[in-house]
Amino acid sequence: MVEGARKGGRRGPAWRAARATAALALLASGLAACGGSGGVPTLTWYTNPDSGGQAKLAAKCTQAAGGRYRIQTSVLPNDATQQREQLVRRLAAKDSGLDIMSLDPVFVAEAANAGFLRPFGEQEKGQFVQDVFQPAVENSTWEGRLYAAPFWANTQLLWYRKSAVRKAGVDPDAPDFTWDKMIDAAVRSGVTVGAQGNKYEGYMVWVNALVASAGGRIISSAEKGDDATIEIDSPAGREAARVIGKLARSRAASPSLSTDIEEQARSLFNAPNGGFMVNWGYIWRAENGDAKDGVIDKSIPADIGWARYPRVRADQPSKPPFGGIELGIGAFSKHPDLAVDAVKCITSTENMKFYMIDSGNPAARRAVYDDPEINKEFPMAKLIRESIDAAAPRPITPYYGDVSGAIQSRWHPPASVNPETTPRRSADFVRQVLRDQALL
Amino acid sequence: MSVGLETAPAPRARTGRAKVTDRTKAERRLGLLLSAPAVIVMLLVTGYPLFNAVYLSLFSYRLTAPDDRRFVGLGNYATALSDGLFWQNVFTTFLITLITVAVELVIGFALAMVMHRAIFARRTLRTSILLPYGIVTVISAFAWRYAFDLQSGFVNPWFGLGDFAWFSDRWAALFVIILSEIWKTTPFIALLLLAGLAQVPRDLTEAATVDGATAWQRLWRVILPNMKAAIMVAVLFRTLDAWRLFDNVFVMTRGQEDTATLSFLTYQQTITRTAIGLGNAVGVLLFLSVVIIAAIFIKGFRVDLSQVRGDR
Repeated sequence: MVEGARKGGRRGPAWRAARATAALALLASGLAACGGSGGVPTLTWYTNPDSGGQAKLAAKCTQAAGGRYRIQTSVLPNDATQQREQLVRRLAAKDSGLDIMSLDPVFVAEAANAGFLRPFGEQEKGQFVQDVFQPAVENSTWEGRLYAAPFWANTQLLWYRKSAVRKAGVDPDAPDFTWDKMIDAAVRSGVTVGAQGNKYEGYMVWVNALVASAGGRIISSAEKGDDATIEIDSPAGREAARVIGKLARSRAASPSLSTDIEEQARSLFNAPNGGFMVNWGYIWRAENGDAKDGVIDKSIPADIGWARYPRVRADQPSKPPFGGIELGIGAFSKHPDLAVDAVKCITSTENMKFYMIDSGNPAARRAVYDDPEINKEFPMAKLIRESIDAAAPRPITPYYGDVSGAIQSRWHPPASVNPETTPRRSADFVRQVLRDQALL
Repeated sequence: MSVGLETAPAPRARTGRAKVTDRTKAERRLGLLLSAPAVIVMLLVTGYPLFNAVYLSLFSYRLTAPDDRRFVGLGNYATALSDGLFWQNVFTTFLITLITVAVELVIGFALAMVMHRAIFARRTLRTSILLPYGIVTVISAFAWRYAFDLQSGFVNPWFGLGDFAWFSDRWAALFVIILSEIWKTTPFIALLLLAGLAQVPRDLTEAATVDGATAWQRLWRVILPNMKAAIMVAVLFRTLDAWRLFDNVFVMTRGQEDTATLSFLTYQQTITRTAIGLGNAVGVLLFLSVVIIAAIFIKGFRVDLSQVRGDR
C-alpha cells in the first residue's frame, strides 16, 4: 500500500487531470440520476420483492398518468422484518425520496403513530376501502384515520396431498377438522405436517392464528402503548401452545421445524412423505411453475388439495392468518398529491386483478374473486375470499415489533412450547419488553 | 518508518530527561503538528459517534416514538446488566472467541510455518492460503450456511447425517459458526505469524541445531520465545475481532437457538426494535468490554503494538 501511494505521488499532472475528470464524470452521472427526466416528477415506490408484478404496475400507471408523473420502483429486502427496518430508518431520517411504500399490514400502526405516513382525507378514502376486505381496512387504520391503501390481501390455507389424505382416511374439508385430527392422522400414516416455525414473523403468524382460532387474542387495547392488556395467558393461549408443542414433538413435524420458513415447508410438502401444510396462496403458482420446470415431480400439482385453515376447537370456526400489502405514502414526500393519484391507479380493481394473475398474490377487493378468469387461474379463489373474510389480524399496535419479537422469543423453538408455562412467561415478557425493562 | 526512527532513542531520552535540547523540542513540536490533522479527523469520526452513543444511552427513546423520549440516567445499563439474556450472550461471545482464537493460533502457526519454509511455488501457496481471508464475510457465511442447510447442503449427504438440522440446535449451530469463522480468519493470523517468523534470526536456530537441539526444542526454546511479540499482537487482533462477531450469526441463525453475540444483541435492540436508548447502552457496554480486553493485553501481557511492523 505504501509502495502504491508513493508511485501515485510521482505520477505526472496528466495522470492527476485524468483522475479528476473521471471523478467529475462519476459525480455528474450520480447527480443526473437524481434529477429525473425532463421535469416530470418521479415518484419512488419501495416494493417488497415479487416476481416483477409491482414494477409492471408502476409502468402501467406511469403510462396512464400521461406525463404527469413517473413511478420508479426500488426493491426492499426479502423478509418483512428487514423491510420494516429499512423503511423505518429512511422515514426516521425524513427521507423525501420515499413517496410510496409497500407495507406489511402489521407495521402500518407503528409508522402511522410515528408520523411517518401521510393520512388519507375523508374524500380520498372512499375508493381505497370500497368493497375491500375488513381485516385489510382495520390494519390500515390508526386512531380513526386511514393511513394506507389495501393493495393485496393474503391468507393461509390448509394444503394437502390428496393421496396422503386418502391413505390416512380423513377429510380436511369436514367442518370439524382440527389440528389434533390432522396431526394424529399424519402420525398414523407416516406423513408430515408443514408449518413455519423459524424465529421470525411467520411464526408469529402461526401463533396468532391458533390463539385467534381458539377464541382469544394476544393483546388488546393496543392504543394504550405499554399499558396494553396482554391476553395471551388465557385458555386460548394455552390451547395454541398445546397444538404447537404437540406438532413439534410428534413424528409428523419437519426435522428442521424450528428454522423452517414458507419455502422449507413447501419442500417438505413436496417430499415423498409430504402430507399437510399451512401456507400462503403463492404456493399454488410456485408448485405449478416448479412442476413445469421439472424441479418437482410433474404429478404433484394434480395431487394438491386445499381446505380452510384447520380449527383449534372442533366447535369453533378457524380464524386464518391475515397478511398482504398496504400502500402507504411517505409523510416527507415532495409530491404527496401525485402519490395519492398513483396509489389510486395501482389499487384500481382492474390493476388488482392484473396483479393477482401476474404475481399470484390475492387481490384486496372482494369483487375480483367473481371474475371468471381469476377462478380459472386460481380454482381456490372462493376459499381464499372466505378465509380472508374470516381472518384475524395480528395485534394492531405501534409496538408491534416488540410484541411479535417477545412472543417469538418465548415460544421458540416450537418443541419447547409448554401450555402450562409458555403463555404465562410470554405474557410477563411482553409487558417487560414494552416497558423497555428487558432486552430482546 | 520515520516513526520508528523517532521512537528508537526514546529510552535514552527518558533517562536523561533533564537535558532536552532545543532541537528535540522543535522535532517534538513538528511531530505534534504533523499528526494533528489525523488526530482531529480521528476525533471527529470516532469521538463524535462515541459520545453521541453515550448520550443516547441515557434516554428511554424509540425511533418510532420520538416524542416519548425521557431521561432515565443509567437505567438502561441497569436493565441490560440485570438481564439474563445479556449475560447469556456474553457467555456465547466468550465461548466463540476462546475457541476460534485458540484453534486459529495452532492452525495459523502451522500455515505460517508452511509459508515460511516452502521452497517452491511460494507465491501460489501463499495466495491459496490467504484466499479465504479475501472473501467477504457475508458471502462466506452464506456459503457455509448453504453447505450445512438441510435442503441444499452437501454436508449431511457426505457424512451420512440424514436430516440432522444443524441450525436447530444451539451447539450444532455454534459449531458451524465457529468453523466458518476459523476457516475465514485463520489466514489473517497466519499472516501475522509469518511476519513474526521472519523476525527470528536464522543464526539462532542454526546455532541451536549445531548444539544438538531437536526440532521440537528449537520450536519451543528458540522460535516461539523470539516471536512472542508477534503472537501476542496476532492474538489481540483476533480476540477483538472475534469478540465483535456479527455477520456469521446474522446470516446463519439470526441469533436464534441462543447463538446471539453481543454485537447481534446491540443490532437487535437498536435496529430491529428501534429502542435507541437501550441499544446504545448495550453498544457502550460492548465498547467498554473491547477496551478492557485491549487494556488487559497491552498492560497485562505487555504487547508492544509497534513490533508487529518489524520496527525493532
